[in-house]
Amino acid sequence: MKHTLLGAVLAAAVALPAFANDYMIMAPAAPGGGWDSTARAMQEVMQAEGIAGSVQVQNVPGAGGTVGLAQFASTASGDQSQLIVGGYVMVGAILTNASPVSLADVTPIARLTGEAVGIAVPAESPIKDIKQLVEMMKADPGAVSWAGGSAGGVDHITVGLLAKAAGIDPTKINYVAFSGGGEALAAILGNQVTAGISGVGEFLPQVEAGTMRMLAVSTAEKWPGTDAPTLVESGYDVNVQNWRMVAAAPGLGDEQKAAVAADIDKMANSAGWKALLETKGWANTYLAGAEFDAQLAKEVETTTAILKDIGLVK
Amino acid sequence: MTTFDFLLQGLAVASDPMILLYALIGVTLGTAVGVLPGIGPALTVALLLPVTYGLDPAGSLIMFAGIYYGGMYGGSTTSILLNTPGESASIVTALEGNKMARAGRGGPALATAAIGSFVAGLLATLALAFLAPYVVKLALVFGPREYFALMMLAFVTVSAAFGDSAMKGLTSLFIGLALALVGIDQLTGQARLSFGLPELLDGVEVTTLAVALFAIGEALFAASQGNRAGDSITAIKGSVWMTKADWARSWKPWLRGTAIGFPIGAMPAGGAEIGTLLSYAAEKRLTRHPEEFGHGAIEGVAGPEAANNASAAGTLVPLLTLGLPTSATAAILLAGFQQFGLQPGPLLFATSPQLVWGLIASLLIANVMLLVLNLPLIRLWVSLLMIPRPWLYAGILLFATLGTIGMNPSPVELSMLLVFGLLGFLMRLYGYPIAPAVVGLILGPMAEQQLRRALAISQGDWSTLVSTPVAAAILSAATLALVVPWIMRIRGKGAVLAQLASDED
Repeated sequence: MKHTLLGAVLAAAVALPAFANDYMIMAPAAPGGGWDSTARAMQEVMQAEGIAGSVQVQNVPGAGGTVGLAQFASTASGDQSQLIVGGYVMVGAILTNASPVSLADVTPIARLTGEAVGIAVPAESPIKDIKQLVEMMKADPGAVSWAGGSAGGVDHITVGLLAKAAGIDPTKINYVAFSGGGEALAAILGNQVTAGISGVGEFLPQVEAGTMRMLAVSTAEKWPGTDAPTLVESGYDVNVQNWRMVAAAPGLGDEQKAAVAADIDKMANSAGWKALLETKGWANTYLAGAEFDAQLAKEVETTTAILKDIGLVK
Repeated sequence: MTTFDFLLQGLAVASDPMILLYALIGVTLGTAVGVLPGIGPALTVALLLPVTYGLDPAGSLIMFAGIYYGGMYGGSTTSILLNTPGESASIVTALEGNKMARAGRGGPALATAAIGSFVAGLLATLALAFLAPYVVKLALVFGPREYFALMMLAFVTVSAAFGDSAMKGLTSLFIGLALALVGIDQLTGQARLSFGLPELLDGVEVTTLAVALFAIGEALFAASQGNRAGDSITAIKGSVWMTKADWARSWKPWLRGTAIGFPIGAMPAGGAEIGTLLSYAAEKRLTRHPEEFGHGAIEGVAGPEAANNASAAGTLVPLLTLGLPTSATAAILLAGFQQFGLQPGPLLFATSPQLVWGLIASLLIANVMLLVLNLPLIRLWVSLLMIPRPWLYAGILLFATLGTIGMNPSPVELSMLLVFGLLGFLMRLYGYPIAPAVVGLILGPMAEQQLRRALAISQGDWSTLVSTPVAAAILSAATLALVVPWIMRIRGKGAVLAQLASDED
């Protein structure tokens, strides 16, 4: 194993082209979370593939990424070597925190990865499918308690959209926010709540072990690893993906932006990146350029609408 | 195969020389980052993750676990010697530990912390091996209402354990509770008391407040006293090692700390701080030397230090059996598992027994290494206190500031450190106890959130709080702890209590 390490170091050293760019990637979250691991995965692949000479990761945690975003927008302007990682959670956090800085103040480059949101119940729950759960909500929205991640985050938004699609008043949903998926998972397993909603990856091991039943996934297509139906298939027009993206500094010229986009494109299409996504269990949902811009604008619009409906944004 | 066979097999895996080397690197790094405030074990493991891509899974996970244990170990050193807790789990250690260090008993304080950590680490790791499946079932019984009841018990026992003036203690507690309200409300996502500053949205960091109140406040206080200051620091008085009496007074707190820390660490919303606080309160109540509490009682170091190491092992219970990371470091360990295509969770014990038992076995080995590494260093650490006082305080200021910047490089964080430092100075000047403020900041948000979650689930029905036997039993215990001293006071036994609740600061 010593040899492989030595080999990797040598390979990395040899692979360095002389004119590689250096990058500083900001992960607007504490070490260990999804954004941090995305930033560190980018760091690793960009260095290993010789796209950049030196890549550093800086953690600026706080408030759904808006603290880091604000700092990035004000200090990185015009600096081509600075990147920030973000995602759907940030879209919601910008709105609920009434953040003065939004994604319009940086230069979004591409969507990198994504994950479906799953709806699950404990194995011993009498609820067999998503229709039954939604009917219970229709009868008495408050009686169905949902455990999920932070308030106004992607889990909360998905419950709101589901309620709306089923003709239920979204302000009436009984959403119980937990800090992070782990604590929510414990509440679901301990039968403290009716149903749980979180990233599919958090539920899959439990489903495999037979302690939980997945009722539905939030994406347009079925999610690998589970045969749970999509919400659309079940008759509710809800299509949500918890995606992660990378953005560059504000105030870049067209040429600078194109150079950064080219580097990211090279990274996202590299064998190393694909292999890494495989080991991490992340889905490759790479989307860049005008298509990504249009998608992002649409997501901001639907998120604003649903957060107003739930009552989290005035 | 039985658990015992698995463990022996694990020990065989872990005694591979390369694996032993990784464990050694892990514990050494862990101790180092534990001693440096600001660089926590979570950040170190995150930084090292990419380095380990070339290593085999067993080796690197074992190294990470070594860092985790080592960090818990090292954190006590600065708490005891410099009154600068490097992480929230060692805040309580500073209370008695620093008093001991100032009285020339820094050696025994460090020794009881190290040996207590060892004993707790050993017992808790064995408990992890043999009891994990049962403990996790117990932990899952705890829902929001049970956590709320536990918080109430902690509030009552902990606030009763601090300070001689109820008024001053409560004032300090409410300062902490008020600070706890700052930031985004977890349940609705709305900002409270953040005054439009984005840096305040995440609330006040516990270690920032603790370092400010303890270390900065004290440095300012010492400076304001000039050369008149009477309480000179005695570096070494008596033996550097624990005396027979120290041993006799330490072993029970070690065991009690382990018994408190392990299950609470295993609870998904527990955390190391609660365990250390409850252990401190328990020791203060049970000690035969109540007069020493607040002036450097060795029980007050031994119990909480055992509790925080036991809770580190406890954290691994939900991680390995459910795939639930309940601390930042555990979350990164989870990422480490995933990096190798392993999904911790209900199936891990079945699908990769070799790795799991190898990990558990190497935790046992790491624990022994930590003791061997740390005991000889005590003499070196204690000599830190022989540095002339102005230099020492300047060093503490530098250390505290660097640690805070290291954790969160922002001017607002630094300003908070200084403002709270001034607050700590004023509180010291007018004789307000410091610890309740920190306790309020730690327990306040937990109690509030769990109460609101419980009520949300029950749709506003308050009777939910006593509707399960566990919640009802804990709440009754809390009520008893509140009412009994009151009755005792009314019946003329106040003097005993006043002595029990001797001045902590």
